Amino acid sequence: MHTKSVAQLVKGLRERQFSSVEVTRAYLDRIDALDSQYNSFITVDEAAALAAAGGADERLASGTANALTGIPIAHKDIFCTDGVRTSCGSRMLDNFVPPYDATVIQRFKSAGAVLLGKTNMDEFAMGSSNESSFYGPARNPWNTDLVPGGSSGGSAAAVAGLLAPAATGTDTGGSIRQPAAFCGITGLKPTYGRVSRLGIVAFASSLDQAGPMAHSAEDCAFLLNTMAGHDPLDSTSSTAATEDYCATLGDSLEGLRIGLPTEYFGEGLDVATGECINNALKELEAQGATLVEMSLPHSALTIPTYYIIAPAEASTNLARFDGVRYGYRCENPVDLHDLYSRTRQEGFGEEVKRRILVGTYALSAGYYDAYYKKAQQIRRLITQDFMHCFEQVDVIAGPTTPGPAFALGAKSNDPTSMYLEDVYTLAVNLAGLPGMSLPAGFVEGKPVGLQLIGRHFSEARLLNVAHRFQQATDWHLRTPDSAKGGTL
Amino acid sequence: MQWETVIGLEVHLQLATESKIFSGSPTTFGAEPNTQASAVDLAMPGMLPVLNEQAVHYAVKFGLGIGAQISKRSVFDRKNYFYPDLPKGYQISQFEAPIVGKGSFEILMEDGSSRTIGITRAHLEEDAGKSLHEDFNNHTGIDLNRAGTPLLEIVSEPDIRNAAEAVAYLKALHSLVTYLGISDGNMAEGSMRCDVNISLRPMGSTTLGTRAEIKNVNSFRFVEKAIHHEFQRQADILEEGGKITQETRLYDADRDETRSMRSKEVANDYRYFPEPDLLPVVIDDIYIESIRESLPELPADKRSRFTAQYGLGPYDANVLSDSRPLADYFEAVAGECGDAKIAANWVQVELLGQLNRAGGTIEKCPVSATALGQLISRILDNTISGKMAKQVFESMWKGEGDADEIIEARGLLQVSDTGAIDAIVNDVLSANAAQVQQYLDADEAKRKKLVGFFVGQVMKLSKGQANPQMVNELLAKKLI
Amino acid sequence: MRIEQDEIEKIAELSRIRISDEEIGQVTQRIAEILQMVDQLQAVDTHDVEPMANPLDATQRLRPDKVTQSNRRNAFQAIAPAVENGLYLVPKVIE
Repeated sequence: MHTKSVAQLVKGLRERQFSSVEVTRAYLDRIDALDSQYNSFITVDEAAALAAAGGADERLASGTANALTGIPIAHKDIFCTDGVRTSCGSRMLDNFVPPYDATVIQRFKSAGAVLLGKTNMDEFAMGSSNESSFYGPARNPWNTDLVPGGSSGGSAAAVAGLLAPAATGTDTGGSIRQPAAFCGITGLKPTYGRVSRLGIVAFASSLDQAGPMAHSAEDCAFLLNTMAGHDPLDSTSSTAATEDYCATLGDSLEGLRIGLPTEYFGEGLDVATGECINNALKELEAQGATLVEMSLPHSALTIPTYYIIAPAEASTNLARFDGVRYGYRCENPVDLHDLYSRTRQEGFGEEVKRRILVGTYALSAGYYDAYYKKAQQIRRLITQDFMHCFEQVDVIAGPTTPGPAFALGAKSNDPTSMYLEDVYTLAVNLAGLPGMSLPAGFVEGKPVGLQLIGRHFSEARLLNVAHRFQQATDWHLRTPDSAKGGTL
Repeated sequence: MQWETVIGLEVHLQLATESKIFSGSPTTFGAEPNTQASAVDLAMPGMLPVLNEQAVHYAVKFGLGIGAQISKRSVFDRKNYFYPDLPKGYQISQFEAPIVGKGSFEILMEDGSSRTIGITRAHLEEDAGKSLHEDFNNHTGIDLNRAGTPLLEIVSEPDIRNAAEAVAYLKALHSLVTYLGISDGNMAEGSMRCDVNISLRPMGSTTLGTRAEIKNVNSFRFVEKAIHHEFQRQADILEEGGKITQETRLYDADRDETRSMRSKEVANDYRYFPEPDLLPVVIDDIYIESIRESLPELPADKRSRFTAQYGLGPYDANVLSDSRPLADYFEAVAGECGDAKIAANWVQVELLGQLNRAGGTIEKCPVSATALGQLISRILDNTISGKMAKQVFESMWKGEGDADEIIEARGLLQVSDTGAIDAIVNDVLSANAAQVQQYLDADEAKRKKLVGFFVGQVMKLSKGQANPQMVNELLAKKLI
Repeated sequence: MRIEQDEIEKIAELSRIRISDEEIGQVTQRIAEILQMVDQLQAVDTHDVEPMANPLDATQRLRPDKVTQSNRRNAFQAIAPAVENGLYLVPKVIE
């Protein structure tokens, strides 16, 4: 059962081959048996999950089922869930049980999905390895000495380890795509504004976007159908029409023009990873696509630009964590200043504090023009690069990451080298474009991710390309040895 | 040395919206603590702002009311600082691109002179909550009901030169915003709050001195007192050769003094940057014009019309146009009785006098404009004297009926019957022969004074009902 | 750009994050490295480039002025660290 795709589970539930309680129980049992090796979940409420599954079975029986009725889904612990602790991977919110649901959670509930649990993540989504989590790092199911990537590392590990059929993530600079690549699954970061941000603990408001993480593009399309859409409570949510993302999955790739940015294939890219990507591109070529070499001349500036804008926005988004209305509060504050400064000293981890400080610096008097404003200007130049390319090509392709997953601890003491992990993913967030990562091979048993980038609101096209690729390959169907144990 | 005071005012005006500027919480004043604070207002994780259309509408309306430039593209920014009444750790405000640009309006002083005060800008922002300093075991209590209430911050140019002008400016502003219906202007409830920027310079100088900002001065009277106090404080320092520190001061009404707010002195660096949770607010000409068309007659226009149409003096016109209900009331009285000047006098003296004593408002006045107009008509047609009318008005105020009913019931009809008055005049003259002789012996100047005595006696005997004009005429004929 | 320890202390104060004396040296060094990395932006000519605050060139939608929220004080204050009589408590604020 745990090897079935979301599409197969939906079909099986409809045909009463099995019940939602059975499916949910199976995943809960696997979490129980296997998650000690992955640490992919922070919170699992078995009773609530089974109760929701029971309700789903009633609706399935009475013929009132919706698109995802009875399907258990794991959610990154950044989505606020009514009555279920939402920690954001931080001590600051270790005790935080929101009395409301994020719009994404509401949409999954309306679609009938079962909330399986909340997954591990880098603290406040700041990290590329899951090592900044207050709950300890999640681990990569392909090799538990490796990081699963971050910040949605728990979601990626849970899906890769077959502890959940699908999961949600958020992506501010690669946080869906990079862990998807490291864990050998498929992940989609939609266009900025495609999925509501309401109820997602904010990291960088102009970059954050939620998306699906699953085994296949088809499953991602299933989830995106539920997630996407306008939310009147999010001012930055787009009113552009959504589409049925499953409808065009099988379209031909004949005539598709794929741009290959020279900057994504040059120095810094691991040679074996590059070979996997080239093989994948050949497959797409075989299906009728044309490969076009092109350039994104400002690529070298994406890391510094991102590491100004994201910390600047984060520094103020995280000002609300002050120990007054919810969350962590230091013991016996002597005065107001002590309450603030010690709550935030003790409640936030190193990386979060570092980014708050950098962001505060970038916005402070005398530095605003040199840092923040400059970065916003270069952000436009980076975006214009993409717009020029999309005049000639339909999709841009390249590696998701410079290399496969690295060992736990390898970069955790060197933030600037950790930031280099995001070199190919950051620009997509700066420009607000949709991007996805899909399994494209292995290097020494470690998965490699192919990244696809599209025009604004071209999610259907990206999913179509990915699906056609997955029809011809089986990288996304491989299962890590560590996941083969357990029940069923 | 002679010092000139230079004053600029920042007024925080609560806009009269139903819901908050960025959330769907109610804005009702005086609710139980934190019962009107939603997840957005409490800055719960993941919550996002969505802009209230009415707040934008009101801001544009204000801008048009002062003839200001309206920005077709305005931007919200975050103003970052930590304070317990500011749940997000930043206030959403407008810094670089406010919705209302430069404008101006005219203020009228009591002596009838007028001045034009420039408005630098007006921008939308959210209000903070309230800190309650009553003792909770050495803690401060935070009520976030007010957090997120829409504010229009109206910044004046440093065009104001003394306390009287400052008060006149605030009164004119109050009048304007209530005319526009964009705020209830209730200062006691904090709907209109004022920060005073004040500096001194030697008379004749054109450079600005170092200013102090006095926060939250919340009544016209306190503005006046705070300015007087701050003038004296700064003048004393300057006279002794000292220097003014640029700082924020708090006016303490109980002690009638301003004092430095050291808690806000901690080197503030607000780190303004564009609010990424909101997009630029873009409005077009059609929108602006539709609001322009909906503008009511504004106080200044009404004032000029009252002067031109009714022949009122500038001061009377100013008082009567102060609020829309009062102006409407006056115009209804004038229309009913047909004499605007007497109507103006009655409304200002008798009606406003009674209202002030009773602490009432024109909207809840027990005497309708029509009823007052009818009463005045009875003076004009000589049914009663002006003095009698005041008594009738008091009875009307108490709800004893309309003017005619009261005149009838009390038998207050003025006696204009020549024969009846003639008889009384004769009685008075014969009873006061000595005074008559005195009158006849006196010169023209003294006679004028003495005639008053006879008028008084006639009025006394007629119980005040004799037509005074006729009494005068008869006396003039007989005292020869 | 070089950053000195006293500047870090100033930013930490603005951010209301206490940093212990033992940590301050390393924090300064890490942030200096990051600032050095981002300093390459200074070399880019951005003359006449409009800053980009948001990836979509969209404009603000306006919400009808309607009350949509009801009182949920109990639910919100159930998760608060310190409340009394419906108020959130903080150490005494002196003005």
